[in-house]
Amino acid sequence: MKPTNPVASGLARAGLRSPPGPLPGNPALRAMLGLLRRPTRASPLATRGDATVRPGLALAWLFLIALLLAAIAPHWLTGVDPLAAAARNAYLPPSSSHWLGTDENGRDVLARLIHGVRPSLLMGLVSTAIGLGVGIILGLAAGLGPRLVDGAIMRLIDVLLAFPDLLLALVIITFWGQGLWITLIAVGVASIPRFARMVRAQTLVVRDAPYVEAATTLGRHRAAVVLRHVLPNAIKPILILATIGIGHNIITGAALSFLGFGASPPAPEWGSMLAMGRNYLANAWWLVAWPSVAIILTVVSITAIGRDWLARSEGKSR
Amino acid sequence: MKRLAARLLAGVGVLWGAATLTFVAIHFSAGDPVLAILGGPDAIPTPQQLAQVREEYGFDQPLWVQYGRYVGRIAQGDFGESYRLRIPVTEAIGKQIGATLQLALSAALLAIGLALASAVLTAKRNPWVRRVASASELVLSSSPSFVLGILLLLVFSFQWPVLPPAGSNGWQTLILPTIALALPIAGMLSQVLRQELEDILEQPFIAMARARGLSQTAVRLRHALRHALVPLVTLSGFIFASLLGGAVVTEMLFARQGIGRMMLDAAVAKDAPVVLGITLLAALVYVVVNLLVDVLNGLIDPRVKPR
Repeated sequence: MKPTNPVASGLARAGLRSPPGPLPGNPALRAMLGLLRRPTRASPLATRGDATVRPGLALAWLFLIALLLAAIAPHWLTGVDPLAAAARNAYLPPSSSHWLGTDENGRDVLARLIHGVRPSLLMGLVSTAIGLGVGIILGLAAGLGPRLVDGAIMRLIDVLLAFPDLLLALVIITFWGQGLWITLIAVGVASIPRFARMVRAQTLVVRDAPYVEAATTLGRHRAAVVLRHVLPNAIKPILILATIGIGHNIITGAALSFLGFGASPPAPEWGSMLAMGRNYLANAWWLVAWPSVAIILTVVSITAIGRDWLARSEGKSR
Repeated sequence: MKRLAARLLAGVGVLWGAATLTFVAIHFSAGDPVLAILGGPDAIPTPQQLAQVREEYGFDQPLWVQYGRYVGRIAQGDFGESYRLRIPVTEAIGKQIGATLQLALSAALLAIGLALASAVLTAKRNPWVRRVASASELVLSSSPSFVLGILLLLVFSFQWPVLPPAGSNGWQTLILPTIALALPIAGMLSQVLRQELEDILEQPFIAMARARGLSQTAVRLRHALRHALVPLVTLSGFIFASLLGGAVVTEMLFARQGIGRMMLDAAVAKDAPVVLGITLLAALVYVVVNLLVDVLNGLIDPRVKPR
């Protein structure tokens, strides 16, 4: 028996080029979503690992909760001012008074890391929200609108896909100037095509569902049907993808800050901390090591949680 | 043949759309489009430069004439002149592209090699081996190139100075950037390949090959791997995009020559013709790569039917 599952069939439609063999959907897309374990041919041996408690996942949640706490109330986690410079404390290696050391101005690295959580997470969240918002509008219009609209939107998406994320962001920065907001918009715009394709694919799945037909037959207004029935039923897989997308956008955002297009220098932000620390590689390893670890752990946690959520929603880990 | 023609047409369409999008970008940029081409609002262009750009882009003409001229010039491979370098953009790209190709090619080879090795060695093995493999794949695919690059620099150029930290002369300077660029891609590819390989290893023809007396390793290398290569070809577009995006950061970090670095410098200096030229080149290569993928997939697996 072949279980039909909305995400998998949605993905199959999202991958415009149908790849050969049994693999549904564009493998790049599948890989990014972490849709790597297929529910169909799972042998008992392969699934045994899933049923057990997963300490890695618990750690990911723990780390994420700590991050959220740091983003909401950084002063609860550290009493040290991240901007308090003290020249004679410069370049102190990690010790009991400065757990992660101090930077070139004698500022505490741990405090800066903790206060840097908010801009770094916001970068991922806001840009994902921008991409998701526009993606939902475009995807709904493409999935529900007339063929002409669908064709036009999908061609636009094809064009946007032809530009690598970072290059598209750099084009936007070149023409509309530098600054935190421009960077956020640039990262968000770069993620529009992914979301729009997903929303369209989901919409196509939900569009033909009996309950939508029923609502239409009952004479509900088209907009009401879309808002009350199509969107809520299509949104869950999309939200899961957005979660995984936040990790991706945190990376792009940090990369742009690292290149000097993000938050302005005195403010603590992980990408710009790395950019500064890069100048002191020879004498202060702790300036780059901790922000690196923070970025990697954050993205790993978000991705692991997103993938687990995805697997659960597909009913794989019973 | 008919299918190929349709694909080709779609590819040209995407490029035309890309050119149109850049035209829109120029005209809706913050401020005067003439200034946008000559370095943004802070630029101090000479009157000759201003006149030259107005003439070249036809800013005194109606919008549709400007658009026609612009697309026409791009179709001829003329991206204008870099106001900063004062040479045609195509010439500037030509000078730098060799270094980027070298880096991208070696990173692609390393990434594919690592992914294949990891997939063949860990697919359907002991659960612990698989767990370790998938955990390291998750970490690698979540680590951006610039973070890996900094950590590599820290360890191999500063703490334990065995490799040069910067430059683009000689093979030693290529090692660290190649690794930094390749590892995230390898992590992503390896996830896909291992999954594919595990599915293939459950197929009847694998059991048949085993029954014929082939060893487990021989089955993997001779039979399973061949089929697992199909998704690798399909992923070429993704690999290419990651390489190019990664090249911007990696070339900057390791102070290398290349179009990634040139793109970054141009974005900082608001050198619009260079930024647009490199972006359009990326779109062109993306379209060509996907066209090749289509053709190759048709050759490798005749079941791939046109839609």
